[in-house]
Amino acid sequence: MIKLEGITKSFKVAKRSTGLRQATKALFYREHTIVEALKDITFSIEPGEIVGYIGPNGAGKSTTIKIMSGILVPDGGNCSIMGYTPWKNRVDYVKNIGVVFGQRSQLWWDVPVIDSFELLKDIYNVPEQEYKTTLNLLIETLELKEIMNSPVRQLSLGQRMRCEIAASLIHNPQILFLDEPTIGLDAVSKIAVRQFIKTINQEKGVTVLLTTHDMNDIEALANRVILIGKGSLLYDGKIEELKKRFGSHKTITVDYRKNINSIDIPGTSIIHWSPEHAVLSIDTEKILTSEVITELSQKVDLLDVTIESQPIEDVIIQLYKEFQI
Amino acid sequence: MKVYASILKLRVLIGMQYRSAALAGVATQFFWGFISIMVFQAFYEHSSITPPISLQELITYIWLQQAFLAFIMLWFRDNELFDLITSGNIAYELCRPTDLYGFWYAKLLAQRLSSALLRFYPILLVAFFLPKPYNMTLPPDVTTFILFVITLLLGLLLLVAISMFLYISVFVTLSPMGSLLIFGVLGEFFAGLIIPIPLMPLWLQKIAYVLPFRWTADFPFRVYSGHIAQSDALIGVFIQLGYLLGLLWLGKLAFNSVLKRVVVQGG
Repeated sequence: MIKLEGITKSFKVAKRSTGLRQATKALFYREHTIVEALKDITFSIEPGEIVGYIGPNGAGKSTTIKIMSGILVPDGGNCSIMGYTPWKNRVDYVKNIGVVFGQRSQLWWDVPVIDSFELLKDIYNVPEQEYKTTLNLLIETLELKEIMNSPVRQLSLGQRMRCEIAASLIHNPQILFLDEPTIGLDAVSKIAVRQFIKTINQEKGVTVLLTTHDMNDIEALANRVILIGKGSLLYDGKIEELKKRFGSHKTITVDYRKNINSIDIPGTSIIHWSPEHAVLSIDTEKILTSEVITELSQKVDLLDVTIESQPIEDVIIQLYKEFQI
Repeated sequence: MKVYASILKLRVLIGMQYRSAALAGVATQFFWGFISIMVFQAFYEHSSITPPISLQELITYIWLQQAFLAFIMLWFRDNELFDLITSGNIAYELCRPTDLYGFWYAKLLAQRLSSALLRFYPILLVAFFLPKPYNMTLPPDVTTFILFVITLLLGLLLLVAISMFLYISVFVTLSPMGSLLIFGVLGEFFAGLIIPIPLMPLWLQKIAYVLPFRWTADFPFRVYSGHIAQSDALIGVFIQLGYLLGLLWLGKLAFNSVLKRVVVQGG
């Protein structure tokens, strides 16, 4: 469905240092640096997949999305999406995709949301009946009923974002690109958006590619992640694999009756220790969690035990460190 | 076509929301109209030669100019389009399955139409009932009136085609102010909005007649008052059409070439 092969893109960036002298100099002569935003990006996505596209700030995520939606022309490489080359058959191609740029807006600021939707309906030439069905589904699943008739400028960020997502789906696209759809949303809105993405994926078979910095989005939605850093593809595979590879650590927090002997168990390391409280990190490849608890109960008089898996955020931080990005 | 109709509808809806802006606009236009008429009246009273355009024709010219301001002013702009370009929201426009030149042309046309629809009739209505010599007069006959409507609408299409270049230039400069000033000052001067073209010195008239600007305002207004003969008006319609097609073609060419180079920056 989506196929990228060896996509490269570089930008020419004018640079100058601070200060009046430098600014004057820049009037006559400007130094340029070439920033390689994407280097040899290759991946393919099957119909019906939800893929998380992650990477630190400035990694090239948005650039990739822009290339895939036909806005940017890459310097090299091939991209074929549903048989189209996005930047060559722009008008024919974009009918089939929906795009949400989390940081931009496509709704008309001064008029009620519904008016923007009506215009989009006409732009995409959606038949009346189909439009009604889609709209009802969108209103229901994204909880838009109360805000449909308010001008966009009166909406909160979360409400607006839900409308933006709805606006990108009026024409029933088969592919949806989401560039940070949950940016700035509160927990409730985030969950609503996630639930919605899941629903359209399962019920309509929409292929979704989403970029985000919220790893919970990825965990809740995507089976597969593609990691990009400094323009290069670093990892492409299941999220569980990623966790296994980097997240084989668990944290165990124990409270016990006063005991001044330190607790030293092979396969674990002590993060924090006091006579009544300790935090241990377990390497689950070396020792099972149950064994640790057994040993602990022999050494101290346990009062309370909490076990936590390494949060996905930490896995990602470790991952970024490992790849030095 | 449906898209264009629905943009127009949406634009009119937006325009309707700003009733007080429309009212304020009408008031300003009256003020301007009176000031201009009084200035010209003073000149005419002390003129020793017969002016090339009569005072009554001139007054009609000025009222038409005020009533159809939204049709003829280059500075009358769509800030939304400028914002789209400078903020990068154009990313969304590029994801639409439409020809962007046509889409924007329709937006601009719709904006001018919606603005004029709310403003022109109160101005004309009042101008007809003003005491002499400030009042507006009817065109000499029905044919003249029909010719006026045709030339006015063609002029509007032509003006939107000219103003598209303004937006195209912002893709390169990223700041609308410079283009607006240059286009605004030169365009309006040569459209006869500051001094009616017949009152310009001969050498300046020659320049104005070559440029496309006068066909947007000066020409239809003088057709209305009968200052331009019907046969000349008919020829003028073809010249308007020629300019329109030429500018549309050029504009599309320029638009597509800036779009190829456009880079939407940031996340």
